[in-house]
Amino acid sequence: MEKHQIQYQTVRFNLNGRDVERTVDVRASLTDMLRNDFRMTSVKKGCEVGECGACTVLIDGETFNSCIYLAVWAEGKRIRTLEGILGPDGELSDVQRAFVEEAAIQCGFCTPGFILTAEEILETGKEYTDEQLRKLLSGHLCRCTGYENILRAVKKAMYRRLGKEGPQ
Amino acid sequence: MSKQVGKSAVRVDAYEKATGRAKYVDDLCDRGVLVVKVCHSAIAHGFVKSIDTAQAEAVPGVVKVLTCFDVPDIEFPTAGHPWSTDPGHQDVADRKLLNQHVRYYGDDIAAVIAEDEVAAAQALRAIRVEYEELPFVLDAQEAMKDGAPQIQERYKNNILAHSDVRRGDYETARREPGLIKVEGWYDTPTVQHCHIENHGCFAYKEAGRVVVVTSTQIPHIVRRVVGQALGIPWGKVRIIKPYIGGGFGNKQDALYEPLCAWCSTQVGGRLVKLECSREETFVSNRVRHAIRTHIISYVRPDGTLAARKLEAFSNQGAYASHGHGVVAKGMNAFPQLYPCPNVECDSWTVYTNRPSAGAMRGYGIPQAMFAGESHIDDICRAIGMSPLEFRRKNLMPVGYVDGFSKNELYHDSFNQCMNKGMELLDYQRKYQEYQHQTGPVRRGVGLAVFWYNTAVWPISLESSSCRMVLNQDGSLQFQTGETEIGQGCDTAYSQMVADAVGIPLEDVHVVSTQDTDLTPFGTGAYASRQTYIGGFSIVQTAAVLRERILNIAHEQTRMPVSNLDLVDGQIVRKSDGRVLKSLGDLATESLYSLENSRHITAETTAQIKSNAYSFGCSFAEVEVDIPMCKVKLLRLVNVHDCGTLINPALAEAQVHGGMSMAIGYGLSEELKFDEKTGKPLNNNLLDYKLSTFMDHPVLEAAFVENPEPTSPYGTKALGEPPACSPAPAIRNAILNATGVAIDSCPITPHVLYRRFREAGLIQE
Repeated sequence: MEKHQIQYQTVRFNLNGRDVERTVDVRASLTDMLRNDFRMTSVKKGCEVGECGACTVLIDGETFNSCIYLAVWAEGKRIRTLEGILGPDGELSDVQRAFVEEAAIQCGFCTPGFILTAEEILETGKEYTDEQLRKLLSGHLCRCTGYENILRAVKKAMYRRLGKEGPQ
Repeated sequence: MSKQVGKSAVRVDAYEKATGRAKYVDDLCDRGVLVVKVCHSAIAHGFVKSIDTAQAEAVPGVVKVLTCFDVPDIEFPTAGHPWSTDPGHQDVADRKLLNQHVRYYGDDIAAVIAEDEVAAAQALRAIRVEYEELPFVLDAQEAMKDGAPQIQERYKNNILAHSDVRRGDYETARREPGLIKVEGWYDTPTVQHCHIENHGCFAYKEAGRVVVVTSTQIPHIVRRVVGQALGIPWGKVRIIKPYIGGGFGNKQDALYEPLCAWCSTQVGGRLVKLECSREETFVSNRVRHAIRTHIISYVRPDGTLAARKLEAFSNQGAYASHGHGVVAKGMNAFPQLYPCPNVECDSWTVYTNRPSAGAMRGYGIPQAMFAGESHIDDICRAIGMSPLEFRRKNLMPVGYVDGFSKNELYHDSFNQCMNKGMELLDYQRKYQEYQHQTGPVRRGVGLAVFWYNTAVWPISLESSSCRMVLNQDGSLQFQTGETEIGQGCDTAYSQMVADAVGIPLEDVHVVSTQDTDLTPFGTGAYASRQTYIGGFSIVQTAAVLRERILNIAHEQTRMPVSNLDLVDGQIVRKSDGRVLKSLGDLATESLYSLENSRHITAETTAQIKSNAYSFGCSFAEVEVDIPMCKVKLLRLVNVHDCGTLINPALAEAQVHGGMSMAIGYGLSEELKFDEKTGKPLNNNLLDYKLSTFMDHPVLEAAFVENPEPTSPYGTKALGEPPACSPAPAIRNAILNATGVAIDSCPITPHVLYRRFREAGLIQE
């Protein structure tokens, strides 16, 4: 008979700008902790094995599949979910706005992950080609959009940040 | 009045989804929920002799373990069809909540209810099952043979259904001298919908009734199925459908709602949830029917068709689900798309020991178009005619009326769509240029058209109900049973309602959630019916609401109704165009009137006794690396005549999504099974190759807008059609590039290697 012994550990980290701490089951994923303990329900579960990208969060500015990242590894990290992207008065970020404008959202389930990866990409301040953007975004699966309008949205936000109309 | 229909309005749910605030099933579930996990069979066919649950029950945190020996002795249907009150037309009831007769690897045999996920998972591993194993069969034609394993007791030779079409006299016509015979066998694979949100639901009892919150396309149908499966009155069931993360037909079936509801009833009505893993979604939900099609055409040298024969064998898997309707729809397209006086068609739907096949985007048409449109290009090659010329000569002509559905082709849709696609791709020039290439890397262009019809009349009921409730400020809530599943119908409805009632778009509040206690009856999202069917009930209900509003306006203004109009939320006197009052003032005065207080609502059901053809085509350009057996898709263009576009931006987005799914269907997706055990081999998103960001060229969507005369908004199907023709267009492009006719999809390097070797393009 397996013994059902649970080990707990306290983890302290910064979530969307706020210092927080929780005592969690050491086996819990970051997805589980964010969804269950903090109700960050923008973090979606699509496969729970790091294949689909729906659970993406930013950890110290870098995107990770939170489903294959243990909750206890969050210790000392700065974690951002989509909830942390919104302005104080509910204003959309430039990336979110571009997704809305370009009809890049359908069922909406992959959207939070895509937007966070797009934020990471545009944070570099670089201008990317379509091919480069496709590769950088390819960790996310979407079954509704064919990725077409997502590419348009990310490009639109990129050129706006670069102060350009479009490719030179 | 500013018209909203025809504008690219922003999705009504865009903000909620862009911010991650839109709540899906699991986001709504209380954290104190009990977790249900399903124990699936580890054999493909046999009987469960016994289940030892003692060790599982001993796992701390386990509340209950239920098995196939505990469930009600009720077989129920699952298909998301409108119920038929005629027993002869009701869906096949062939499964129980948990099954003792195991019919596929992954069948449901027991369920664990536990305090948390870990306890439930540990208990699953501790369940001991004793089976009596039986031989199994995975192939439809093998399953039809005498002596094949019997999968469902009532169906001899595993044939769930057979139907046919006969026109003229095929046997006599094929003997005409000088005919060229073209024959082919075409195989399509078992694929899965792969919506990013897996199916899941939670259930609890309230006031003696069972409530299920679920990721479904068809809440009102699921209520009926849960009632049937549990043997309880349908009114004792309440289904709530919030935002869902895609469906594509998988969720047009009752999936785990009946089992989840029953589990709640077995633990005193406590809150329980059942969430499918991705691995379960692939195997234990629904898949698309793999269909093998045999086509023989007798063609005259001038390219006219003398006689044609089609046989289609549809792999149903273990349970009936949508059953024969899927292959039957594909078969019925055959004599319509290329009318021929002498036709013989037969289709069989056959039980096998694969996962159950149900509805998936296109409902038999992607399979039928892969076979049919591949075969057309094989004919063209045999008689030396260009694929474009042959299609112009033989496709359904303008004015064609189908005798059964009474659908009519009102416009020259095929030629208009082909002309547009041809220009976009520069098809004709490239087709000639690519004809006679040599060398290891070659290019090709391909064309395929598709046949589709909107909605399900006259095979099934078509009706839609909606309710409009006016607020004090002149805005209104709009509710319908037809569901938003990502496709954008809530936005299209808002635009229609704004125009039909005469109020600004921002004053239309769509209630996106369907709740069978609150939402008017409607059968849900399927058959690409939403905008078409919804349009009827919107126009009808808006007329009733407007009449009520204008009668009250008459009372409040003393102007005759005949001289009043409601425009952009204002009551206007028609004779001089003067605004008499705002709709908000009218509604407030009406609601709070001390003489005659009334809240202003309207609710009607529209029954729709029509159906509309929705046609179009795909053009593909590929580069084939012959030694590497690889295909690179360079361009893909889809052109649709879906009538008047309600929202052009969302329409384009729909087409992109369908094209993407079809690229996977054509080139990479296939759920594979171990021939020795029947076990699925690649039921995860790593090994099952759905299209990624890197697998696509720019997706080009174009439209021809011929208003559909039967629709109040001139609209018709667009949800499923984009997934119907890209796969055969890619296949035909490979034919143009290499001269090799591929006989199956997905067209993987394995398939190309076999065919290139047979054609002598590569040596062993």
